[in-house]
Amino acid sequence: MPENRYETVPGGRRPRPGQEHFAAEVDEGGLGAVDAVKSDAAPTSLWRDAWLQMRRRPMFWVAATIILLVITVAAFPSWFTSVHPRFDCELAKSLAGPEPGHPFGFDKQGCDIYARTIYGARASVLVGVMSTAMVVIIGTIMGAVAGYYSGWFDVVLSRITDIFFAIPLVLAAIVIMSITTNRTSFTVALVLASFGWTSIARITRGTVLSVKNNEFVTAARSLGMGRGRILVRHVMPNSSAPIIVYATVALGTFIVAEATLSFLGIGLPPSTVSWGGDIAQAQRAIRQAPEILFYPAAGLALTVLGFIMMGDVVRDALDPKARTR
Amino acid sequence: MTTQFPVTNGDLPVGEGDGRSYEAGTDKPLLEISDLQVSFTTSEGVVHAVRGADITVYPGQSVAIVGESGSGKSTTAHAVIDLLPGTGKVTGGSIKFDGREIVGLPRAEIEAMRGRDIGLVPQDPMSNLNPVWRIGTQIEEALKANGFDGGKRERKERVASLLAEAGLPDAERRARQYPHEFSGGMRQRSLIAIGLASRPKLLIADEPTSALDVTVQRQILDHLEVLTQELGTAVLFITHDLGLAAERAEHLVVMFKGRVVESGPARQILANPQHPYTRRLVASAPSLASRRIQVAHEQGQESDELLAPDLDATVPRAGVAKAAQADIVVAKNLTKVFNIRGGRPGASTDFKAVDDVSFTLKRGHTLALVGESGSGKSTAANMVLGLLDATSGVVEFDGTDIASLSAKEAFAFRRRIQPVFQNPYGSLDPTFSIFRSIEEPLALHKVGGKKEREKRVRELLDMVALPQSAMRRFPNELSGGQRQRIAIARALALQPEVIVLDEAVSALDVLVQAQILELLGNLQDELGLSYLFITHDLAVVRQIADSVVVMQTGKVVEQATTDEVFDNPRQQYTRDLLAAIPGAGLEGAAIAG
Amino acid sequence: MLWYLGRRLLQVIPVFLGATLLLYALVFLRPGDPVAGLGGERGLPEAVQAQIREQYNLNEPFIVQYLLFLKGVFTLDFGIDFRGQEIIDVIGAALPVTFQLAIMALVIEAVFGVLFGLIAGMRKGGWFDGTVLVISLLVISVPTFVIGFVLQFVMGVKLGWFPVTVGRDPNFYSLLLPAIVLAATSFAYVLRLTRTSVAENLSADYVRTARAKGLRRSQVTGRHVLRNSLIPVVTFLGADLGNLMGGAIVTEGIFNINGVGGTLYQAIIRGENVTVVSLTTVLVIVYILANLLVDLLYAALDPRIRYA
Repeated sequence: MPENRYETVPGGRRPRPGQEHFAAEVDEGGLGAVDAVKSDAAPTSLWRDAWLQMRRRPMFWVAATIILLVITVAAFPSWFTSVHPRFDCELAKSLAGPEPGHPFGFDKQGCDIYARTIYGARASVLVGVMSTAMVVIIGTIMGAVAGYYSGWFDVVLSRITDIFFAIPLVLAAIVIMSITTNRTSFTVALVLASFGWTSIARITRGTVLSVKNNEFVTAARSLGMGRGRILVRHVMPNSSAPIIVYATVALGTFIVAEATLSFLGIGLPPSTVSWGGDIAQAQRAIRQAPEILFYPAAGLALTVLGFIMMGDVVRDALDPKARTR
Repeated sequence: MTTQFPVTNGDLPVGEGDGRSYEAGTDKPLLEISDLQVSFTTSEGVVHAVRGADITVYPGQSVAIVGESGSGKSTTAHAVIDLLPGTGKVTGGSIKFDGREIVGLPRAEIEAMRGRDIGLVPQDPMSNLNPVWRIGTQIEEALKANGFDGGKRERKERVASLLAEAGLPDAERRARQYPHEFSGGMRQRSLIAIGLASRPKLLIADEPTSALDVTVQRQILDHLEVLTQELGTAVLFITHDLGLAAERAEHLVVMFKGRVVESGPARQILANPQHPYTRRLVASAPSLASRRIQVAHEQGQESDELLAPDLDATVPRAGVAKAAQADIVVAKNLTKVFNIRGGRPGASTDFKAVDDVSFTLKRGHTLALVGESGSGKSTAANMVLGLLDATSGVVEFDGTDIASLSAKEAFAFRRRIQPVFQNPYGSLDPTFSIFRSIEEPLALHKVGGKKEREKRVRELLDMVALPQSAMRRFPNELSGGQRQRIAIARALALQPEVIVLDEAVSALDVLVQAQILELLGNLQDELGLSYLFITHDLAVVRQIADSVVVMQTGKVVEQATTDEVFDNPRQQYTRDLLAAIPGAGLEGAAIAG
Repeated sequence: MLWYLGRRLLQVIPVFLGATLLLYALVFLRPGDPVAGLGGERGLPEAVQAQIREQYNLNEPFIVQYLLFLKGVFTLDFGIDFRGQEIIDVIGAALPVTFQLAIMALVIEAVFGVLFGLIAGMRKGGWFDGTVLVISLLVISVPTFVIGFVLQFVMGVKLGWFPVTVGRDPNFYSLLLPAIVLAATSFAYVLRLTRTSVAENLSADYVRTARAKGLRRSQVTGRHVLRNSLIPVVTFLGADLGNLMGGAIVTEGIFNINGVGGTLYQAIIRGENVTVVSLTTVLVIVYILANLLVDLLYAALDPRIRYA
């Protein structure tokens, strides 16, 4: 043992100025309150917490309003106009300017641009929602199985994902759509989904890989819970945040992709009113009447903006890094 | 014993002494913090992290700020070098360095002081070095930024000598490596080299070793001490460990909830704590408690009587005669080999995580599996839990080899042994309410109806001393200690006979840790539980275990009763571990209180 | 490092084979006779059709057709298209233009995206950050072809600053506007990625250590914050090169550029399967190579990968 340096009585010198033994008054808060369970206020689950965060942001309300508006327009276009976008056209009014009852004027075929813009929402929203739903289903299953069961499953599924990932979405869609005779919102969505699921699969795989190492998963295993049940009950709910964020943004990008295909003339047929098709129409008349390009483009941009903004807000609310605990 | 103490001239006549001496007449504080206020702006409003702290450090002196997480100790230290994170701001008070006010100095002047006057050794060696630059480059930066005169060659030589000085052998080659090629201890040594590169007058050491293995901790702290002593550098330690603080510093500052609750000479505080918080801290710090038992043994007392008053008579002690009980878990020659795939084909290597390990847990007893990272203790625990198949060897539970169980029997076996893990943030599913978390084992094993299960959940919450209203809450609303209580309640739900506590208290603050240990002791008495206690912390072992198995690199080094291991360690490694407990060298009188 | 490269190359093989097989199947396994539809309303004479079938191995089983096609890819002999041109010449004419366009776009998005993203990330929550963020949201929301038309109309037709279309002789100046259009969406993504990454790294522990050493703010920003933030950005940029080349279809259409996109689009419309498959294969190869390059860059930027 070393020599005794810690005598009970301080030796020789007194503490230097500023270092005398000092003890504070006992705080009124007391020590007992260190570890009390919050008993006021409603319990906040992760989702509720995210909601409380989101609703404080103005951007959330802007995005929500846009999305709600677009969906309403898509579902009930007749609430917004009594003019039919395809049958109430007069060639005589080709490219004519606005007039009462026709606030945006007329396109080259003499159709009411306002009505066409309203009716164009449906195709975009329909394709966006359907392809996103399909992508989420395919991507989540592929990614979850690859990440959770690892081993050979993972090797094979990851290579398949790589293969589909190596073919650019629009390129693949153009190739397939050019040979598809039956072009409906559903087929467009199917084509987009069949090559657009790879990102979500990769995201899901990564998240599942990290979630499955959590101790609550090990705890569930030591309860004797089966692997499948753990995947469904513990792993997937905890992996859902990035999937939701990605899906929200993907909805916007699928709407753009559909518009691009329709614009190229291989998306939805001319018999379906769509913003992409109308933009292509307007482009042909851009030198005579550049302003008619604006309306379908604005409708499209506003819709996509709504979803992308919502994706941003949701990500901020669900981001584990943004949480203090 | 070779432990060193800060030789400070506070105890010596003025003028006499070594590198730490300060001359008569220059006895001016190096750092003087008075009435410091620091606040953070969050979405919930302004949080006052530091509320009026006064701290004085003299040249060459070592001072420690002790506190739990959230006490404001790190915030205070960061305020000194103007590196408050995020929205943190000094809202009042003053910080004087060498007589000069540094609150509100222009950025350029603060930048000039950093490194040159005040160095920092940060907390987590894993995240504090930039992964993309070589170690040498990162030290060179510190030299260049602080006006090192000399060419490239001299700089490189200086880097090598700094690394060597920090205790890294083969420094020249090491300087060319990247952080990820270093172990935690080596990284921390590099960070010390960076902190001391420009010979600052004050070194802030923010929990410099808490992320490291205990024996490495000891070496690095010893080294840091010798080094700063030679250089005459004052050290401001930030730590949660009162034992460590008392051992390393001459003057202690105890912080709690942003306030300094007590400060003064280290010995006085240990011997005569005034503030109720400090008293609790002194009573609960595992290192000190374990030391108290040790001292008592030397004086021939039974350890039972010597625990902190609030722990007294509740935690079953080593030394209490327990009736000879049947073996509940027997591990025989357990071996686990992992195949590590290399970067190149065919480069896979076999890694023996657990190598021929045998131990026995008696019913109603606590067996501690002690070891540092890589010792294989958690792997062994997972094999006992049946989560991992042994490469060879058997685990017998109540006389039955668990590998021989049918699927149905294995499911039933789960009810008899349950784990509690280290990380209170990872061990509860954040999407489950507390009720669902505790009820899940009951539902899975089809225990009772819905009503009965709810009743049982309420009982379990009572058992772990949490209000029943907690069951509607979610894990993110609870503190670390509360979550750990929930994890214990979940483990108890199926009335198991054995609980595997895998570092179950390691991540908790000292006082909370003491509470949980007390709870575990009570539960063991009431329910006759057997604990397999996995830990790296021998100090805690002393308070809870009946017998100890010390492991190192997959092998059992020593196994005996707790008292035997502490009083009469037979292996060098065990002795190293014991010596590494902070405060192990503190003189009995200082802590017996 | 060599082993790392070797392993990555091995992984590329199944992806290449899978992707080309998938594309080949999509194009050639379509319902209907690929030859009968050629030659417009009247169709081609029987003899010519038979000759074409012979030439393109259309009488062989599908898998043999594919293998023969692969052989062609490796010997750089794609055969001739229905109009008698060597397909390799068609590719040779189109690829450099698209490549130049894509590289220009890549440089634009990298320079401006990183620059604006860095400033925004350093002052997250400030006015610059807010403005730039709104602009990036708008750019992402407006589809490329709309941006293309508007810029073409305003900058080309109305203001006359840029040529309206590119046509036969593409040069740096005439490709500038199309490159900006092509870069627009990715620019917004690079900006956002840099911004997030910078903001995250700013609060990293090692940045605090760097500041504690006494480094000046500019040094901390350059050597630590920016350097580390570039890792994910470079990954994105590399993967984006492939997307830019594939995605040039729209931009090339608007500005009448005779690149891969334009040629491909024409071939798809005319049903020239061999040309379609050959061009898409080239794009897939470019894409795979770009990703390989990313992995190497990644290893160069992040020493942790090199030894993995």
